Amino acid sequence: MITAGIDMGIQTIKVVILKDGEVAARGKAFSGFEPAKAAEQAFEQALKDAKASRAEVSQVLATGSGMDMATNVDGTVSMMGADAKAAVYLFPSARTVIDIGAEEARAVKCDDKGIMMDFVLNERCAAGAGTFIEAMARALEVKLEEMGPLALKAERASPINATCVIFGESDVVTLIHRQEAKPEIARAVFDAMADRVSSMVHRLGITPDVVLVGGVAKDVGFVESLRRKLGVNLLIPENPEYAGALGAALLAASRVKGAQK
Amino acid sequence: MKETPTEGREFWRWQEYHRVLSDKSWKNKDIITAGVDVGSVGSKAAIMIDGEVYSWAVMRTGSNSPDSAKKVFDWALEGTGLKPNDIKYTVGTGYGRVNVPMANKAITEIACHAKGANYIWGPSVRTILDVGGQDIKAIHCDETGRVTSFLMNDKCAAGTGRGMEVFADLLQIPIEEIGKVSLSIDEEPAPVSCTCVAFAKTEAIGLLRKGWTKEKVLAAYTRAMAIRMANLVNRVGLEREFVVTGGQSKNTGIVSRVENILGVKTLPMPNWRESGLDPMVAGAAGAALLAKTLYQKSQGN
Repeated sequence: MITAGIDMGIQTIKVVILKDGEVAARGKAFSGFEPAKAAEQAFEQALKDAKASRAEVSQVLATGSGMDMATNVDGTVSMMGADAKAAVYLFPSARTVIDIGAEEARAVKCDDKGIMMDFVLNERCAAGAGTFIEAMARALEVKLEEMGPLALKAERASPINATCVIFGESDVVTLIHRQEAKPEIARAVFDAMADRVSSMVHRLGITPDVVLVGGVAKDVGFVESLRRKLGVNLLIPENPEYAGALGAALLAASRVKGAQK
Repeated sequence: MKETPTEGREFWRWQEYHRVLSDKSWKNKDIITAGVDVGSVGSKAAIMIDGEVYSWAVMRTGSNSPDSAKKVFDWALEGTGLKPNDIKYTVGTGYGRVNVPMANKAITEIACHAKGANYIWGPSVRTILDVGGQDIKAIHCDETGRVTSFLMNDKCAAGTGRGMEVFADLLQIPIEEIGKVSLSIDEEPAPVSCTCVAFAKTEAIGLLRKGWTKEKVLAAYTRAMAIRMANLVNRVGLEREFVVTGGQSKNTGIVSRVENILGVKTLPMPNWRESGLDPMVAGAAGAALLAKTLYQKSQGN
C-alpha cells in the first residue's frame, strides 16, 4: 500500500511517500506565492523518486498551517496529530514531541500508540520559532547555516534580553557595537530562543523520551542550547523537517487500513 | 508616472531637532536644571529655568547610552549660552538612565512622564499612555503628577515605536506621515490578526499581494496596535483627563483610534514646535522638574 503526506509549511512544503510502512521518497519545495502549485510539484517529484504513479497512491493527507490550500488531497490532519504519530513511529519510546518550524513552535504529549494527548503552541510570537534565528543571522551578517557551528565555539554565555524578534535585533546590534565576539552572540541568540521554547514546554510538562523535530532541529546551535536548558536528552531523527509529512502519511495508511476492515 | 527612488531610503527615520525659546532669558534666574531621557530609540534632553522649559533636543539613541546622553544634553544647551557648569542639578531617566554621566540622580521614566504630563497639560491629567520606542506604559497619577499605579509591556514590540518603524520601512511610508496615511481610507478595515511584529509583517505582505492598498494595510495594522494600547489603558483604569506621551503621541492614526476605542478624547496636543511642550519630551521635562525639587531639597529649602 502506498500513501502520502504533504506538510504545507509557511516557508517550505514537505512530502513523504510511504510504501508498506517504509518511507519510499521525500520531496521539498519552497511555499512561495502559490503553495498549492509548489506542493503539486514536490509531490510529483517524490512520486518519481519512489517509482510510483499517482493512481497507486491509496490516500493523500495534508497537514501544516497551509493545509487548507492543498489541492487534490483526500483530507487533512492536525499538525499535533501528525507530530505525535511520526514521533512514536520513529522512536517508540517518545512521549513528548517538540516541533519548531519557521513561524511556529509547539510541544505535543502522546501515548505509546502515537495518539496526541495534549499540546501547547507558541502562538502570536515569533521569538520561539525559526524566524528568530533567521532575523538574528541577518543582524549578525552570518549565513543561517553558520549560526549553529558558530555558537558551539562560544566560550561563555552572553545573555541577551530578547523576548521579541524585533528587540532581539537591537540587542544583537548592541552586542556587535560592544565588540562582543560572534560565537558568543550566536550562542546568546540560541539561548534566548531555547528559554522561550523551554517555558512553553514546561507549561505542558516534560515526559521522556523527548523528540525534537521540525526544520530548526537541524540547527546544532539550537539543539545544544535547548538540551542544556531542558536538562534532558533530545532524540532527533534524520530528516527532522519531514516529521509532519511522515505523520500525515502514516495516518493516511491507518485510515486506509481502517476502511478495509 | 515618475517613480521616486526608494532604494536606500530610510523611511523609519524621524526628524531630530533642538529648540531654544528665545523669549526667555536665564540671566537673572536662579535654578537651572536639566532632564536627560535616554530612551531605547530616542534620546531627549530638556533645560529648565525655575521650572519652565527653556530649551530641548530630541535625537536618535546611538549604540552607546553615555554618548547619546552627552550628545543630546550638549545639543539642548547649544545656542543658549549656558555651560554644563551652569546646570545646578540633572536627572537622568529612560531605558538608559543609569548611563547618564552628567546626572546627579536617576529616576524611572514612569515618574518623569507623569510629572511631565502634569507640566504640559496641567493638574487635571489622571491617565497617561506613554508609547516609547521599546515599551508601552499606562500610568495613573494624582493632581500633582505623582504616580499612583502603572502597567507596562516591554516584552513585545507590538505597538511600540520600534514596531512602527519596521512597518514604515516595509510599506515605504515616511514615519512622520504614517498617522495621516493610516487615516486616509474610506472605511476602517478589520485589524490584522497577528500582533507579533514579525508575523504582522508576513500578514501585511500577504494582504498587499491580495491587492490591498498600503493605506488599508497600514490602517489594519494601526488598528491592531491601538486595540493593544487601549487594553493596557483599561487594565490600569481609565480616568479623565487622558493624554498620550512619547514618540507615538505624534501618530494621529494611533491617537485617534485609541480615543475611538476608549470613547474618550485626549486633551488637545500643545503646539509643540513653538511652545516647548513636545509630548515626546514629557519624560525629560518631568526629569528637569524633579531635578529642581531635588536641588532645592539639597540646599535645605
